[in-house]
Amino acid sequence: MWGRLSWGAIPFDQPIVMGTCATIGVVLLSLFILITAKRGWPYLWREWITSVDHKRIGVMYMILGLVMLVRGFSDAIMMRTQLALAAGHAQGYLPPEHYDQIFSAHGTIMIFFVAMPFVIGLMNFVLPLQLGVRDVAFPVLNSVSFWLTAAGVLLVNLSLFVGEFARTGWLAYPPLSELAYSPGVGVDYYLWSLQLSGLGTLLSGINLATTILKLRAPGMGYSRMPVFCWTALASNMLIVAAFPVLTATFAMLLLDRYCGFHFFTNDLGGNPMMYVNLIWIWGHPEVYILILPAFGVFSEVVATFSGKPLFGYRSMVLATMVICGLSFMVWLHHFFTMGAGADVNAFFGVMTMIIAVPTGVKVFNWLFTLYAGRVQFTAPIYWTIGFIVTFVIGGMTGVLMAIPPADFVLHNSLFLVAHFHNVAIGGVVFGAMAGYTYWFPKAFGFKLHERLGKAVFWCWFVGFYLAFMPLYALGLMGATRRMQHYPDTHWQPLMLVALAGAVVILLGIGLTAVQLAVSIRQRHANRDRTGDPWNARTLEWSIPSPPPAWNFTHIPSVERIDAYWHMKEEGVARRALAVSFVDLHLPRNTPVGFFVAFFVVILGFALIWRIYWLAAVGLVGAVTVALVQSWRTDREIRVPAEAVAAFERAHAAPVPHDAPGGELNALEAADDRSRVRVASGARS
Amino acid sequence: MSAGEEVLTGVSVVPLSLRGPAPVRVVAGFGFWLFLLSDIIIFAALFAAYAVLSGSTAGGPSAAELFDKRHVFLETLCLLASSVTCGFGTLAVYRSDARALLLWMGMTFLLGVCFLTMEGREFASMVAAGAGPSHSAFLSAFFTLVGTHGLHVSLGLLWLIVMLLQVTTLGFRPMVARRFFCFGLFWHALDIVWIGVFTIVYLGAK
Repeated sequence: MWGRLSWGAIPFDQPIVMGTCATIGVVLLSLFILITAKRGWPYLWREWITSVDHKRIGVMYMILGLVMLVRGFSDAIMMRTQLALAAGHAQGYLPPEHYDQIFSAHGTIMIFFVAMPFVIGLMNFVLPLQLGVRDVAFPVLNSVSFWLTAAGVLLVNLSLFVGEFARTGWLAYPPLSELAYSPGVGVDYYLWSLQLSGLGTLLSGINLATTILKLRAPGMGYSRMPVFCWTALASNMLIVAAFPVLTATFAMLLLDRYCGFHFFTNDLGGNPMMYVNLIWIWGHPEVYILILPAFGVFSEVVATFSGKPLFGYRSMVLATMVICGLSFMVWLHHFFTMGAGADVNAFFGVMTMIIAVPTGVKVFNWLFTLYAGRVQFTAPIYWTIGFIVTFVIGGMTGVLMAIPPADFVLHNSLFLVAHFHNVAIGGVVFGAMAGYTYWFPKAFGFKLHERLGKAVFWCWFVGFYLAFMPLYALGLMGATRRMQHYPDTHWQPLMLVALAGAVVILLGIGLTAVQLAVSIRQRHANRDRTGDPWNARTLEWSIPSPPPAWNFTHIPSVERIDAYWHMKEEGVARRALAVSFVDLHLPRNTPVGFFVAFFVVILGFALIWRIYWLAAVGLVGAVTVALVQSWRTDREIRVPAEAVAAFERAHAAPVPHDAPGGELNALEAADDRSRVRVASGARS
Repeated sequence: MSAGEEVLTGVSVVPLSLRGPAPVRVVAGFGFWLFLLSDIIIFAALFAAYAVLSGSTAGGPSAAELFDKRHVFLETLCLLASSVTCGFGTLAVYRSDARALLLWMGMTFLLGVCFLTMEGREFASMVAAGAGPSHSAFLSAFFTLVGTHGLHVSLGLLWLIVMLLQVTTLGFRPMVARRFFCFGLFWHALDIVWIGVFTIVYLGAK
């Protein structure tokens, strides 16, 4: 009746796990009581859970990423503590089977459930606003994508309380991940949660790529798109091309585990190295799926806060697309040690080094944008400059490892771990934080606390170097990744420095929460009434903050790159009170995404525990929800012209900046001529 | 085209990329094309796995010993014919001609069922002969590649039933027509994948 599920699946004998469960339980219960006491459920249901507004969905992705960052970071600090202790005869506090689950969960969560939600959330929020349109191509599908990702998150977290997680590393290489060597449910939790969230990511990629290619304001040709849109286009095309490979690869491993197939087994002709090849054909593009939008964020930030156009727009676009193409030709550098031979290794080594060229082009473009600019040293610029320095170091260690003979020495060492954290933290995390700080006032109508934002930056920046520079040295000394204990006590001092670095990063994460709380408390002082707090260049700043559900009352007409800057120069900026308004039609909110996710969680959980009747219930439920939705014909709501007009009147008069923030105000005062109101009328 | 010609022909010279948001029909079709491309990449991965593993018979039967090319040829004819009838069905949607639609799509459905029945018989005979998917890596790859295609055809048939129900309940409204257009794309794409299967798996059997 209940498959492999029994009371024994709950790890009552492990105090660390049960303590975590209790803490999470208390937090969730208090949240539940708080929301119920404030009668917040109808609001949450109406405005967020069932929302198909790309801005709301983008914000929910970001919240999901932040929450999971805490989970993934808890794993990180547990590992660092273990390695700081477990030298020589000491064994630390984590037994090997628990430690193995922790590093597997850490990698899986940080890539799939932190970095991906951050990046997709930013793209979701920003793209339609920058493109000058009212929503993404498929708003309901967007909601389904988000809730599928959330379903994956729920399953991963469920593995903490019921059963176990994989002990096979973040990519679950066979034959270790085959049934013969991993008979428990850990690998099944891994596979099903990633299949579900991967489907969500694929649908999201299709949605956003279609949005960029088919929905742009009139006049916004490809050579007028903001660079963030270009990098997002590259990223989403990579999602469409790479994620199906992940789905197929995981499907083959699932068939091995569930149906006794022999794709990757040791016996009967199976080929484990085929899995490693296939997973990296997805995995290397995945690296660029994450980093390219971060490059886009830095490009927007650096142009805005230097007060000049991005240097080398066309070379930036070209570099982005070259990286996009090359990303599919380097996968083998993840396993030079496979033994493909000198020729194959040399090819992939050279291709890997070539990727450094367009990346170098980008770095110089950012530097030349800063050069001779009137740079305002805001928190997003801190993240950007910190990124440039850190990422160049990470890039150089990457090129170093692209030399196959060097890689044979460094493969699977802590040097590698230091390298990919160097580019993942220095690139993706810094980019996500820069984007979060930069677009936060657009989403909520007030700025984040500036000094606390800088404190967060310094914690991450210093913490990163403390935590990972020692790992480079340890890797060269012979320390391998995924080790739970080491006999050589000479490594311990560097391990302690790395732990100190992790604690500094912890402080940074804590300060992020403090910054959010303080900013919300002081929101009236930091209110942005102009919609354009940074004197920025692209269309999202031409509308009020937070934007109305319909984004643009009148779809803007674009005549060149940096469209909003151009409008300000021409004196035709926003808030021009039009003479007439028309009814607008918006997609109606729907709970279909939430209900699909509900049934899909049941499906995934039942498959993990092999409760096949329950799996059928989940599948039939999800399909039924989708079918019911497909028969609905009342898919739009009408926003009456009066409501649109009322909103425009309320936001018509730009209020001079009353927010503190000295140097910014001076600059914006100089730009006051750009705020002349002209009745430009409806250009759409 | 010069400005003068524009006046004469009434065709806008504004390039497509500058004209603003595309109509819903175009957006939906384009998104579905992207979905199909991603689906074809799933097949590409399965084809690659088959290419790697097709010689790994682990002492069991090989492709040349197992496949009945005459049987598969008839199967192929069914599927290709169903693509033709599906094309006529799509034309009937454009004319909002319910009777022609039911006729052509009914034929598409029957041909699809024929294809699946023949495939099912082939699979059943292989399993009965002791050549099931867990017998060797080659057979795992074969059953997965061909079976995934068969699964797509089955889902396509279910989708077709849903679409016929939608036409009868909702009529030929643009939403339904768009979905029929996407169904057509899906069905034709399955034909293209099958041509790959037929060529590489069956004709390429050594």
